[in-house]
Amino acid sequence: MNSVIPVLDPASPQAEAIHNLFLLVLLISAVIFAIVAGLILVAISRGRQRQTLPKQDFGSEKSEIFWMIGPVLIVIWLVAISANLVITLNAIPQADPDGKTDINDIDLIVTGHQWWWEVKYPKSGVITANEIYIPADKNKKFRVQVSSDDVIHCFWVPQLGRKIDAIPGRDNFIWLQASQPGSYQGRCSEYCGAQHAWMNFKVYAVTDAEFDEWVASEQLANKQPKLLSPLANSGKQFFFQATCPQCHTIYGTPAEATIGPDLTHFARRKEIGAGVIENTPENLALWLKDPQALKPGCKMPDFKLSDEHLKQLVAYLETLK
Amino acid sequence: MTTGSIEQSERTSLEPPVTSTLLLDWVSTLDHKRIGIMYILTAVFYLAIGGCEALLMRIQLAMPNNTFLSPEMFNQLFTMHGTTMVFLVGMPVLTGFGNYFVPLMIGARDVAFPRLNAFGFWMLFFGGLLLHFSFLTGSAPNAGWFSYVPLSTKAYSSLQGVDYWIIGLLIMGIGTVSGAINIFVTIICMRTPGMSLQRVPLFVWMMLMQVILIILALPALNSALSMLLIDRWLGSAFFDPTRGGSAVLWQHYFWIFGHPEVYILILPAFGMISEVIPVFSRKPIYGYTFVAASSVAIVLLGYGVWAHHMFAVGLGMYADIFFAVGSLLIAIPTGIKVFNWTATLWGGEIRFNTALHFAVAFLLQFVIGGLTGIMFAAVPIDWQLTDTYFVVAHFHYVLIGGTVFSLFSAAFYWFPKMTGRMLNERLGILQFWLWVLGFNMTFMIQHFLGMMGMPRRVYTYADNPGWALLNGISSLGAVFMAIGTLIFLWNIGTSLLRGKVAGDNPWDAFTLEWATTSPPPPENFTVIPEVKSRRPVWDLNHPKNADWKTEKTPPDKGIRPNMAKLAAWSFIASEAVFFLLLLIAYVVFNTRSGEGAVSSSVLDVERTGIFSLFLISSSVTFWIAERFLRAGKKSAFVFSLGLTILLGITFLAGQVWEYTGLLTNNITINTDLFSATFFTVTGFHGIHVTAGVIALFVMLMMGIKGNLTPGKSHVFGAVGVYWHFVDVVWLAVFGIIYLGLLQ
Repeated sequence: MNSVIPVLDPASPQAEAIHNLFLLVLLISAVIFAIVAGLILVAISRGRQRQTLPKQDFGSEKSEIFWMIGPVLIVIWLVAISANLVITLNAIPQADPDGKTDINDIDLIVTGHQWWWEVKYPKSGVITANEIYIPADKNKKFRVQVSSDDVIHCFWVPQLGRKIDAIPGRDNFIWLQASQPGSYQGRCSEYCGAQHAWMNFKVYAVTDAEFDEWVASEQLANKQPKLLSPLANSGKQFFFQATCPQCHTIYGTPAEATIGPDLTHFARRKEIGAGVIENTPENLALWLKDPQALKPGCKMPDFKLSDEHLKQLVAYLETLK
Repeated sequence: MTTGSIEQSERTSLEPPVTSTLLLDWVSTLDHKRIGIMYILTAVFYLAIGGCEALLMRIQLAMPNNTFLSPEMFNQLFTMHGTTMVFLVGMPVLTGFGNYFVPLMIGARDVAFPRLNAFGFWMLFFGGLLLHFSFLTGSAPNAGWFSYVPLSTKAYSSLQGVDYWIIGLLIMGIGTVSGAINIFVTIICMRTPGMSLQRVPLFVWMMLMQVILIILALPALNSALSMLLIDRWLGSAFFDPTRGGSAVLWQHYFWIFGHPEVYILILPAFGMISEVIPVFSRKPIYGYTFVAASSVAIVLLGYGVWAHHMFAVGLGMYADIFFAVGSLLIAIPTGIKVFNWTATLWGGEIRFNTALHFAVAFLLQFVIGGLTGIMFAAVPIDWQLTDTYFVVAHFHYVLIGGTVFSLFSAAFYWFPKMTGRMLNERLGILQFWLWVLGFNMTFMIQHFLGMMGMPRRVYTYADNPGWALLNGISSLGAVFMAIGTLIFLWNIGTSLLRGKVAGDNPWDAFTLEWATTSPPPPENFTVIPEVKSRRPVWDLNHPKNADWKTEKTPPDKGIRPNMAKLAAWSFIASEAVFFLLLLIAYVVFNTRSGEGAVSSSVLDVERTGIFSLFLISSSVTFWIAERFLRAGKKSAFVFSLGLTILLGITFLAGQVWEYTGLLTNNITINTDLFSATFFTVTGFHGIHVTAGVIALFVMLMMGIKGNLTPGKSHVFGAVGVYWHFVDVVWLAVFGIIYLGLLQ
């Protein structure tokens, strides 16, 4: 269940720090607005009652300076606290259990594509799409490298922290961490073409044990049952004779293309199409029947599959656990 | 007592002979008032289009997973909505009011260059048509109003929409810069005696600030547009990261234009409010000097904050903090203005009519927009909220809550002067409340949608909790704004026909436009009042309380530079920014180590050096020609000018030689980034030299015919400013490209 106002519902130390700064500035702004609005409305209301020519007051240099002292001090203070937070958020983590954090030690590589997120864990070799698993431990920070394969995208998980652009030809780095377990909505936040609206992803913060288990299972070629059902077997035949391998990878099979998302453990993913629909067999059938109907303009064509082939493919893909 | 500004115009009426048709009169007009009205009408027309685009988008977004618009259509609509509102509504309407009122407020009879004024308008008009023609091709631009690369490069936007966007903007930009130069020269050179720059109405001062911004910021956009066009049409790689180009350079160049652009859109609004509030408080503006000086601060600081649009790009801590500091500081001059407007209202005898209603709403709404701007300047907050509906809310609060509301205020204030009729107050107040309700309903809500995680530029969204309700309410607000606008148009129509007759000065207002009839006659004034203070018409009508008796302002020293020369300097300032940015692109792309051609290996430095000497000497011969002209020595003048032209042509021949050498060696503009930047910089320079040669040739013909008298030598001098500039640019080009300085 997603948080309703994620920016105000931080789930990491970074997001919390930003949230606190935001509330502070919001409060100051509210006070300033109240003062200015109050003065204006009082001036209007009193002035409407006046019937005689008022004093032709051209101004006073002293007044100007006096009234500006407050705002100048506020501005200086804002410079200080926001610059300080910028530095803190960029800094190498201090309190690390093993004290060996290296900013060149990349834990996660996220690459934006039109219109899906490629996710790679370089140390364990895990490759997936549109979902990220991290341990929910505020002492564990993942060093994430963010880039893009085509146009500029933007990686943003509001409950976990800042957004950072995914720029082709350039690597950006952020720290990713979560204070508590949960599933956190991520969104692309830089217009990137037709289906920018559906380039969502999820970050699942899980316990350490669950994280290790997830990594282990992702590392294996998918655990297909030795014997597929006849339907799933037909689906597998169809998959490899059709054009599917020209875009997708299934580890341990001849399908090795990287144009579209990796499908090795597709059946365990919770969403299809970068957040367009939930991953259920019924929805998968809808997606395969006509991806363009659900996500017009996306790079997967409508293959005009027959109902029979649809059933077979769904059966096969559901075995990719 | 008449103070004549007639001596500044040595010409007779430029109006065409006796009425042919009403349409032809208007289409061929050179009268700044009519041109001003045409700008305003054009803006209103495009406001309707841009408004419909907004309504369509709000219908699509009113419900989750809506299929009212395809994603393609939606993406074209938001791109066109932003582009139209900025370039075809905001800028033209402000230029329109500026055109109409600046000459009146300074006691002039027209702008400095009436023909250039008309040219500027028609460039805008046709540029706008060209841009909208793209709808008919089925692919209007769809890469967003700031058209980030690589999305807007050919690889990812293969249809012609982006090309229409680029060319439309280039054409409109020419119009805009020429209009700005015109207003700049008008304000500096055509003020009536007594009106020093310290006594101009604040609307005039703000227009002066605005046109300086236009002159120095538009060229940044032009340089970016040129490079994108060359990428798209000639296959270069300025913005193609796969071939060494930079996706981020576009953003820098665009926002170097884009940030001053937002001040271009708000400063005249500040000026209008600074006129309206004093008149309807029956007192002078509080702290005139501070309001004026703070605007200078905004202009200067405004060039140093552009990367606050790029905090999420990952430029690095130091860059982020630098731009944050500037962005936070710029709040102070704006705060000073808010203080002064409030202090003007304070203690005033308030006439709370429609104009003042809109002005007060401006104050409150602009402050809200300004405060959310401060939030963004605190970088970590930007890191959460940029590119969400929170920023959409922010900029609509300053642009609509600010600029549009100030325009409504100005409309009610100045309509009587422009038409001789008063607008209907009851309809005005009705429109006001519809707009306040609709505007705040639509955009206050969007702050929350941003905090709830809704990114901008999405054609639809999932049924997340609260999103449907808030989007629905936001869409409903647009309906109220639309109704309010229709009422406004109805008000204008009926008031033109049967509004109350206004008279010269229905508001007992203070500035010179109120010293003539409503509407003013073609020559603006029959008698121009004496100017001894900032409120000459107040002084005239209230001699016992005249300002000059209590508030001493420095007397007018009467400095009015030569118009032609000033125009030339303004133009080259603009071109200098253009060339500066192209040269920076050269340095950026050629300091990276890599293979491929470098200047020293493929360019003939010595030979081009010799041809450069020809160009430099042409400046000397020009200077000699100018001296002969002033001394009245016609044949010597013609000889020197002819020599100048020959030297210029020789330089161009050298360029052709250089280009031929490169092209025969298969080094073309799309070979690599060295060739792309080389051909772009030298190509544009060559075009400038060619244009200069043509201008010199025209001067030569005039000289031979005897039309170029010593009295007109300042015009020749103005062309000289341009010619010498072209030489100076070449010195920079030669140094940086041929000699490899800065590498």
